[in-house]
Amino acid sequence: MEMPTPDPAILAKKEIIVARLREVLPHDAVIDAPEETRAYECDALTAYKCPPLCVVLPASTEEVSAVLKVCQAEGVPVVPRGSGTSLAGGALPTADCVILGVARLNEVLDTDYENRTIRVQSGRTNLSVSGAVEEEGFFYAPDPSSQLACAIAGNIAMNSGGAHCLKYGVTTNNLLGVTLVLMDGTVVEIGGAHLDAGGLDLLGLICGSEGQLGVVTEATLRILRKPEGARPVLMGFDSNEVAGACVSDIIKAGVLPVAIEFMDRPCIRACEAFAGAGYPDVEALLIVEVEGSGAEIEHQLGLIMEIARRHNPVELRESKSAEESAKIWLGRKSAFGAMGQINDYMCLDGTIPVTSLPFVLRRIGELSKEYGLDVANVFHAGDGNMHPLILFDANKPGDLELCEEFGADILRLCVEAGGCLTGEHGVGVEKRDLMYDQFTAEDIEVQLRVKDVFDPEWLLNPAKVFPLKSTASRRAA
Amino acid sequence: MRPDNEANLAEMIWDVQESVRIRGGGTRAVGFVAESDLLDLSGLSGITLYEPGALTMVAQAGTPLAEIEAALSAEGQRLAFEPMDHRGLLSTKGTPTIGGVVAANVSGPRRIQVGAARDFLLGVRFVDGQGTVIKNGGRVMKNVTGYDLVKLLAGSYGTLGAMSEVSFKVLPKVESTGVVLINGLSDRDAVRALSQALGSPYEVSGAAHAPKGIDGHPVTMIRLEGFENSVSYRLAEMQKLLGGFGETVVERDPERTTAGWKWVRDVEAFHNQEGDVWRISVKPSDAPELAARAEADGVLYDWGGGLVWVLLPKGTDLRARLGEFGGHATLVRADDKTKKQLGTFHPEPTPLAAISAGLRAKFDPNGIFNPGLMG
Repeated sequence: MEMPTPDPAILAKKEIIVARLREVLPHDAVIDAPEETRAYECDALTAYKCPPLCVVLPASTEEVSAVLKVCQAEGVPVVPRGSGTSLAGGALPTADCVILGVARLNEVLDTDYENRTIRVQSGRTNLSVSGAVEEEGFFYAPDPSSQLACAIAGNIAMNSGGAHCLKYGVTTNNLLGVTLVLMDGTVVEIGGAHLDAGGLDLLGLICGSEGQLGVVTEATLRILRKPEGARPVLMGFDSNEVAGACVSDIIKAGVLPVAIEFMDRPCIRACEAFAGAGYPDVEALLIVEVEGSGAEIEHQLGLIMEIARRHNPVELRESKSAEESAKIWLGRKSAFGAMGQINDYMCLDGTIPVTSLPFVLRRIGELSKEYGLDVANVFHAGDGNMHPLILFDANKPGDLELCEEFGADILRLCVEAGGCLTGEHGVGVEKRDLMYDQFTAEDIEVQLRVKDVFDPEWLLNPAKVFPLKSTASRRAA
Repeated sequence: MRPDNEANLAEMIWDVQESVRIRGGGTRAVGFVAESDLLDLSGLSGITLYEPGALTMVAQAGTPLAEIEAALSAEGQRLAFEPMDHRGLLSTKGTPTIGGVVAANVSGPRRIQVGAARDFLLGVRFVDGQGTVIKNGGRVMKNVTGYDLVKLLAGSYGTLGAMSEVSFKVLPKVESTGVVLINGLSDRDAVRALSQALGSPYEVSGAAHAPKGIDGHPVTMIRLEGFENSVSYRLAEMQKLLGGFGETVVERDPERTTAGWKWVRDVEAFHNQEGDVWRISVKPSDAPELAARAEADGVLYDWGGGLVWVLLPKGTDLRARLGEFGGHATLVRADDKTKKQLGTFHPEPTPLAAISAGLRAKFDPNGIFNPGLMG
C-alpha cells in the first residue's frame, strides 16, 4: 500500500508542533513518546502500520478547534480517529501526521424521549448510545458488528450500517445534526433535532466523508422505541442460487424483515467448529429475523417459511424462544472470530443488486480456484452488502499481495454487477486505488472539489479515499 | 431548450451564455428564479431499469411520477416516502416528475417513519455547470464509496446541476391501513399524543394534527399500516395507549383513510385560501409554541409536530415573528415580490452559508443554474 512520503520539514519540527499543541491542551492529552504513539500506528486493517508524529486527545469542541488551528498554522496533516476499528484503514496514520482521537469526547449531552433524539459527544461508542436509552425502552438503530468498540465519530465518517439496516437504514438515515469543526478551527452546527436541511443537505454530505471534511465532535441521533419482540428463522439450502432466489422472493412478498443474513458452507463450517451453534452442514444458510408482537412475529415467520418451502430447503428451523434465537444468532455473530481462529483473512465489503447474488457468488467461487485462496461468504443479503472473507497466510511471502489482488477482482466484479466497492466499511486506503473502477475522472474530480471547499489545504486525512495520483497536486500545494 | 437525452443536455449546458431556469413538470414553483432561459427536462423520460426483487428503480429525471407509480403498483410496490403533490397548493398545472421530487426533496406524512426522498435516493447522474456529466452513488442500498453527493443533490433545487437520471429504493405496498383519531385536542396536547404514539413500538406511519380538520374541528390522526392482523392489534394497543387524551375513534375505510392522508400530504386545507404558505421544520415539542408565535390564519401539523404548515396574510415576514428557533422556515407559496423580499429558504448562519456558496461555485462556477433561487 503506497502512502505519501512524509514531509521532512514536518518531521524536523516535531518538537515545535508538540509544544504548540501542549499550549492548547492539558499535558496528558498530547502523546509524543514513540513507545506510546505506537498504540495508534494502525486501525483494524492491521496489515498496514505507521506510528504518527504525535497523538492528541482533546476533551471538548473548543480543544478540537484549538488543535486544528495549530495544525493548520503549522501545515501538519491531521488524521481523525474514532475507536480505530476501521477495516479500511480510515485512521491509518502517516509519519508526519497528528492523530486526533475523540476517545475523551464520550458524554451523553441530552436525551429527549418526547422528540426521540439523543445528543452525544462523538467519541461515545455505538452500543453505549443504545445503552443510555435502554431503560426507557429505546435504542439507536445502526448496529455495526464492532458496535461494542466503535465510536459514533467513526460511524458518521464511514456512514456505518449493520445487520439491521434493511429495516432501519444506515447512519445517514438516523443522523439529525452534528457539531463539526473545520480544519481552520471554525465550529459549525449542521442540522439539529428537526428534520431535513433548510438549504443544501450538508449533513448528508458530511456523513460518509471519512473525516476529510471536518471533525465531528457532537451528534444528534434519532432513537427508536424497541419492538415488542424479535425472532429469527434459520433456513438451509443446497445451493447459493436457491438461497439467493429465496431472498429475492421474501423481499418481493412485502414482508420486511429487520435482517436477512447469508452464510456459505466454508463459513458455516468454521462457525460451527468455533461456536457450536448447531448449524446444519449445507451449502447456504439464511437467518431471517422479524419483529413485532408475538402474533405479528408468528404471522410474518409463517409467510417467510411458506416462501422458503417453495425453494425446498434442506433445513427450516423457526426459533420458538429467546434461547433458540440466541443460538441461531450465535454462529453468525461469531463468524469473524471463527474465521480468525483458523486463518488470517481479509474482509471485503462490496455491495451488489440482490438479484445478482447467484451470479456473483458463482464467479467468486471460480476466482477462488484461479487464485488458489479459499473464500468464506457471510453477508447482509437483504441489501446486497457482501462480506467475502478471503483466507490467506500472513507469514507466507506474497500471500497478502495475492489476497489483495483477489479482493480487488471481487470488488471489480461487484461494480460490474451494478454494485459498488464498499457498502459500509468505507474506502479508506484499502479501496482507494480501485476508485477509477467505479468512477470516471470527472466523477472523482467533483468530489475533490468538495474537499477543496471544506479543507482548501488538504490537511484532513489527505491520503485516503481517492487514488494518490488524483490528489497529488492538491496535497503538495 | 428541451433536451431528449443526457448527451444533448450536456451540450446545451455547455452552450449556455447567461443562465437557465430548470424545470421538470413545472408543478413545484417554489422559490424565485431571476429571468433566465427555460431548460425543460421533461424530454428525458422513461424508466431505465426496474428490479422489483431488489427493490430498486432507475429512471430518467423527467419521467412522470404517475408513470413510475403505475409501474410500481403493477408489482405491488410504491414510493414509501409518499411525495406530496404541490399542484393544488400552488395552483400549478403540468405533470410532476421524479426529478422534481428529488430536486425539492419532496416527502409526505410517511417521512416520519421511513425517511425523506433523500433517504430513498440511491444514485444520480447530472450535468454540472460546465457541461460535464457526473454520476454519484449507484443502484444498491448500501454504498459508502466516495462522498455522498446523492444527498447533496437531493433538495438542491437544481442549483448544483441538471439531473439526468436518478435511482431509488422502493418498498412493498401494505396490505392494510388503519387510523386512530382523537377529536378536540389543543395543539399542545395533540403533539404530546403524537409523541407518545411515535414513542411506542407500534410503528406509526403518519402522525398529524389539524386544529381545523375537514369538518372544522380539531382532529389528531395516527396512521398504522401493515398486515391486516398486525394493524388490528396495533390499533387496539394505540387506543389503549392514548385513552388518557380523550375518546379515540378508529377509521378503517380505505377510501376515507387514503383521502384523509392525501388531505394532510397535499395541505388541502390551504388550497384556494388567500395568503402565503410557509412550512416550518422544527423539533416537535417546540411546534405549538412556534405556531402560536406565527399568529397564523391556518395551521397544520405533520411529522408528529416536526413539520408545521402555516397560512399567513400576504407578505407577512414569518421569520421575524418566530425569532430565533432550532429549525428552519421555507416560504412555499407567495408572489414573486414577497419571495424576493423575504427569501424562499431560511438564511443560513454565516459559516454554513459560506460552505454552501463555496460548493455552488465548484458545481456551477458561472452561476448558470436557477440564479437567485437558493442564494
